[in-house]
Amino acid sequence: MDKSKDIQDYIEGHTPTNTIKRRNFIRLLGGGIYVFFHAGAALKLMAAEADQRRLPDDFNAFLRIHENGKVSCYTGKIEMGQGANTGLAMMLADELDVAYENVEMVMGDTDLCPWDMGTFGSLTTRMFGPSMLAAAAEARTVLLELAAEKLGTDVDNLDVKKGVVFNRQDQSEKITYAQLTNGQRIERVAKNESTVKDYSKYKIMGKPKFRADSLEKVTGKAKYSGDMRLPGMLYARLLRPPSHGAKLISVDTAEAEKVEGVQIVRDGDLVAALHKDPEMAEKARDLFRAKFEEADKPVSNDNLFDYLNERAPEGNVNINEGDLSKGEELATSVFNNEFHDGYVAHSPMEPHTAMAYFDGDKMTVWAGTQTPFPAQSNIARILGMEEDKVRVKPPYLGGGFGGKSDHGQAVEAAKLAKLTGKPIMVDWSREEEFFYDTFRPAAIVKINSGIDDAGKINFWDYHVYYAGDRGSETLYDVPHQKRTVYGRGWTAPGIHPFDTGAWRGPGNSTNTFARETQVDIMAAKAGIDPVEFRLKNLKDQRAIDVLEAVAEMADWKPGQSPSGRGFGVAIGSDAGTYVAHIAKVDVNKETGEVKVLKVWVAQEMGFCVNPQGATIQMEGCINMGLGYSLKEFIEFEGGKVKTKNFDTYEIPRFSWIPEMETKILQRNAPPQGGGEPAIVCMGAVIGNAIYDQTGARLLEMAMTPAKVIQALKNV
Amino acid sequence: MKAKIEFTLNGKDVSVELEESKKLLWVLRTHFNLTGTKYGCGEGYCGACTVLINNSATRSCATTIGEVAGKNVITIEGLAQGEKLHPVQQAFADHDALQCGYCTPGMIMNAVGLLNDQPKPSREDIILGMEDNLCRCGAHNRILDAIEAAANEMQNGK
Ligand code: FES
Ligand code: FES
Repeated sequence: MDKSKDIQDYIEGHTPTNTIKRRNFIRLLGGGIYVFFHAGAALKLMAAEADQRRLPDDFNAFLRIHENGKVSCYTGKIEMGQGANTGLAMMLADELDVAYENVEMVMGDTDLCPWDMGTFGSLTTRMFGPSMLAAAAEARTVLLELAAEKLGTDVDNLDVKKGVVFNRQDQSEKITYAQLTNGQRIERVAKNESTVKDYSKYKIMGKPKFRADSLEKVTGKAKYSGDMRLPGMLYARLLRPPSHGAKLISVDTAEAEKVEGVQIVRDGDLVAALHKDPEMAEKARDLFRAKFEEADKPVSNDNLFDYLNERAPEGNVNINEGDLSKGEELATSVFNNEFHDGYVAHSPMEPHTAMAYFDGDKMTVWAGTQTPFPAQSNIARILGMEEDKVRVKPPYLGGGFGGKSDHGQAVEAAKLAKLTGKPIMVDWSREEEFFYDTFRPAAIVKINSGIDDAGKINFWDYHVYYAGDRGSETLYDVPHQKRTVYGRGWTAPGIHPFDTGAWRGPGNSTNTFARETQVDIMAAKAGIDPVEFRLKNLKDQRAIDVLEAVAEMADWKPGQSPSGRGFGVAIGSDAGTYVAHIAKVDVNKETGEVKVLKVWVAQEMGFCVNPQGATIQMEGCINMGLGYSLKEFIEFEGGKVKTKNFDTYEIPRFSWIPEMETKILQRNAPPQGGGEPAIVCMGAVIGNAIYDQTGARLLEMAMTPAKVIQALKNV
Repeated sequence: MKAKIEFTLNGKDVSVELEESKKLLWVLRTHFNLTGTKYGCGEGYCGACTVLINNSATRSCATTIGEVAGKNVITIEGLAQGEKLHPVQQAFADHDALQCGYCTPGMIMNAVGLLNDQPKPSREDIILGMEDNLCRCGAHNRILDAIEAAANEMQNGK
């Protein structure tokens, strides 16, 4: 087995191979002040829901004030392009009164960081942030106590600026964090809740800050998983089934073996060609002669929604208020509609990629993943190794959006590395990325609702199938309402012909499309301006605030829809944040092409830590939302995924992108999620704008030109 | 059949002995360890692999190593002059025109190629010239702003 010193050197910070338990690894880190903390009870709930099998109850992150006064925060969360590292560093710098530049976030390395279930659900700032602030406050208390002792004064007399503690009465009496920490080893555990009441007192937070990693990224130096290089590494190209559910009957690798320098590995269904040259590995893999028995899955794009309706699982009633039949009696107009949403891919620009190396004792895996700790557990379980013998190190991640919560490529790389003892790179092709993506599930929403003569919604009977309940809240003030959720959302074992999973704001885009379209339909029938109709039916002040803000931004001209002008409106709520959108579109009635000209968004997310980062996320959401609203859907036939590359799967391009105007309503309240909310309204706001221009109503996403033409015929 | 292929790479004369049909993308990434040039689709649809060949933006996944014989290839690693970033790189950083950054090298190389062809592009020209470079994070409008700013900067610098 190749145990070259070279390779060990590459695995920087390689920890000793004795068993390292969670708490023990901190011993290795040396002096300073440590504060351990646990991020939020809600996080715990989520984890339990996610069925994670171990969850530390003591802490899941910690801070360290180094002996040189620098500050680090160790967390299992990762940075995937959303700038979470920037926002968290800002919070830490602020609470501890140190320069932003002296704060470092150490994220995702399973050997250095405590267990964490993963990065998704806009939880990083929302749940993690306040707990981290509480820990920073604790660290500050320790530092002030030490300073009071050293300076011979009372803590109350002390203040901090840029890492220097000084006596307010006599500013020459001062001492730095570095001097205080030097030679110390203090460990504390922070109380769970944040004590922060007033966010407006902060100096760094709340002001725009550019992302910290630009320089590395514009020079090509930033290393993603596929950029890892180890001596003797081999690229793997794997045998893939023609469709989901296909069973491997036989495989003949004789021809492939003739390729010079190739190594063929077989372990059950895992059959791989390994080569130092990726093109040669591919050439060899293409010479595999395999027989598969394909599964019969009686579903395709043609019968998808009938198929899903026929197999609807049992419903769970989430909300049942008032009396639906009474509401229906009182209604003067009743509306019954069914909304559809097809399968959508994550398609991050970086396909799933991982490099793994097994040195005979310990496995190291560099993987682009949103879930380094679950990846560690899975690899350990599948390979029959101790978890502490598996280290997952996430390099830069080239986009996740929920899709990289799944880490099949890391498992493949680890298996092959264990079998061969060589460093193995598994870098999925675009076709493999489409094939193995956990698509946003196709889903159905049925709404039966009604209004009275005054334009008040008096009943709302909501049924959502396969999307889950996120974003299914009624939002509006309705006396008689019921909400039934069929299936868990994300996944529906045995129903979808391939894997489905969490997709940016899971379920919410589907639910918001249905609700906001239905509301628009009712407003049009009532002959009331759609903004006014919504305000009339809203009681939730946060929703009212964002809606009024966006109407003002867009200089909304009240009128009855369809007005011919092409303006639509929609509101939504996700991850504790409220959003309201207005869009202006131009529909080409000949071709059915929809051009979105401008989008206005108002967002209220509690206290916004980094307005720059949050604005960029809103822009990204508008952008990505255009795709699922107008063009993106997976073509499939049973378990065969016919969509293979960007020639047929159309994601947003430069010419599609509308002008954007965004506004953040600052509120002095704990920070809420920002990576997902602004995407949820995109379907409805575009659909409503199409209706406003043309009178054509679309109830199914993606609203492709063909479907627009069809809807125009029904006008 | 292996052949000796000589070309200029980021300002240096280089020579390789390889099958001429090998893709430039993989030769750059494996043989030269220039990993800034990214794989995104492998079939010419996304632009993540864009490099300059004789100053023209070209997709390295759709170019063979044989085709670059005698030519001048520049990758993202060869764009800055020492510590000094190329104006397009600088503009991307100044405009926060990236998120995950995976599309960024290809975007920058494509933009540089565009400005080589059209030093004074209109917004429309830029949109058209960048149209086939894909970004899933949605940095598009900031990328357009960055390229406009870089074009101005390069004009004024001359
Ligand atoms: S990798 Fe070359 S165009 Fe996509
Ligand atoms: S910044 Fe992530 S793909 Fe463009």
